[in-house]
Amino acid sequence: LSTLVLAEHEGGSLKASSLSAVEAAKRLGEENSVSLLLAGSGPSLHEAATHAASCHPSVSKVLLADSEKFTYPLAEPWAKLVYLVQQKGSYSHIIAGSSSFGKNILPRAAALLDVSPITDVTEISGSNLFVRPIYAGNALSTVRYTGSDPCTLTIRSTSFPIGMVSASVSNDACIEKVDLSTFNEDDAVGKSRYISLSSQETERPDLGNARIVVTGGRGLKSAENFKMIEKLAEKLGAAVGATRAAVDAGFVPNELQVGQTGKIVAPELYMAFGVSGAIQHLAGIRDSKVIIAVNKDADAPIFQVADYGLVGDLFEIIPELLEKLPDKK
Amino acid sequence: MKILVAIKRVVDYAVKIRVKPDKSGVETSNVKMSMNPFCEIALEEALRIKESGRASEVVAVSIGPAQCADTLRTGLAMGADRAIHVEYPGTLYPLSVAKIFKSLVDAEKPGLLLLGKQAIDDDCNQTGQMIAGLLKWPQGTFASKVVLDEQNKVVTVDREVDGGLETLSLDLPAVITTDLRLNQPRYATLPNIMKAKSKAIKKLSPKDLNVEIRSDLEVVQVTEPPKRKAGVILSSVDELIDRLKNEARVI
Repeated sequence: LSTLVLAEHEGGSLKASSLSAVEAAKRLGEENSVSLLLAGSGPSLHEAATHAASCHPSVSKVLLADSEKFTYPLAEPWAKLVYLVQQKGSYSHIIAGSSSFGKNILPRAAALLDVSPITDVTEISGSNLFVRPIYAGNALSTVRYTGSDPCTLTIRSTSFPIGMVSASVSNDACIEKVDLSTFNEDDAVGKSRYISLSSQETERPDLGNARIVVTGGRGLKSAENFKMIEKLAEKLGAAVGATRAAVDAGFVPNELQVGQTGKIVAPELYMAFGVSGAIQHLAGIRDSKVIIAVNKDADAPIFQVADYGLVGDLFEIIPELLEKLPDKK
Repeated sequence: MKILVAIKRVVDYAVKIRVKPDKSGVETSNVKMSMNPFCEIALEEALRIKESGRASEVVAVSIGPAQCADTLRTGLAMGADRAIHVEYPGTLYPLSVAKIFKSLVDAEKPGLLLLGKQAIDDDCNQTGQMIAGLLKWPQGTFASKVVLDEQNKVVTVDREVDGGLETLSLDLPAVITTDLRLNQPRYATLPNIMKAKSKAIKKLSPKDLNVEIRSDLEVVQVTEPPKRKAGVILSSVDELIDRLKNEARVI
């Protein structure tokens, strides 16, 4: 077994979803040599490579592709890069996180390699047996990969939590530069150009990895009222989430949407206020450890999955929580 | 310019699906089937581009069993000019679908290919990316805004990515996959449903397109996910805080 992890990095360090991909690689079997592929340009790439080389005891090699072509995560050059690296390294598996990055690039690379990718793997039961949700998580499909190498996967990072990597275990994987001399541009490389990324700058933890998530639904009634959710999140050091209904009503931007078509979350504590509990929403919170629901409608489906429920007016309950909950910081 | 739109027939989004007792899959017989919602958005976008005068023809394509013709008829009623049905009764995975599309694109030569970002049955989110890879076309996945500049042969796409919205500029021809917020698909009106009956659906087989269907995946079983149990309804905020502190120990 040998696995190539298509890694994502930001600000000089590896993203948590890529560490989860390394965790997933470990489950493929014993004697799996794991290489991380890092691409980008400039000093932050080299910083990230240094971080990657020491981040996890299972990583044996870091492959570094340094070129202006990889400054932005464009699918065309990146998929080509994965293809080239696979040609040279003949890995048995290629794994990426099921982020918008991984989902954009990996299937394209798989097509170049003429293999079928497997999306959103939540469980690995051997080197070719995987479980993944279908129908918005309302069924689980166990699939066996019977094709030729490489077996290409994207994994749900919430299903492969990063283990306690103790600081004393120092890892020193070798960093190797990818030879890009054969990276010709006859393909689609250069046919796409990055223009901009608009994101909300926020101090709050990332929705996908937060320990606590506080979510508001249509019951909040307005963008103004939604600020109560943000206040509560601040108090708890939590991330803010929203339902599709709240996003569509314009209370918050769509990157906060939790659910099958938004973010899949699995925090230790999930607090839902004014959320009815549509199937699509529940599919995105299923793996949360503890779910709390506050809704004035006692028949709301959210109560069927909540560990603790409060039936009542959230406009009274949230202020009371703000007053009585202990401060996080 | 011609636009090709992929249409998948799936279990209607409002149906509560049932896993078959023999675990071989999800029950699809005697279940309401509809056009995949993301495909509806793709078709709507194609129709709007055509209505703005920047495309000359919208061709709807579906690949699958005989009943896909019904779904294509819906697409024609929404406003597609004609349809192509590549009939195949068996299981198809995105790699085969992508190869069929590549062959169709070689024959039809569209300037733009629009697909839903994923189908709500298998939730693969692969086909658009794979077609783009095979065709060596640029791709704009998870689009929430599409601005076509046919004079300069480029399309600007806003993409819904994890950190926010990413804007890309792609050379045409390109592949675009649609996200939910791109548009609100129209309903077919009765006159258009009537008109659609006389529109042409061309039937082809994978063989006609020189595509050999092979599969490198095997579904071992399909099961129901573990159910979360309903917990307790509490009576006060104080009780909730107490339980969170002392029972669940999460705060």
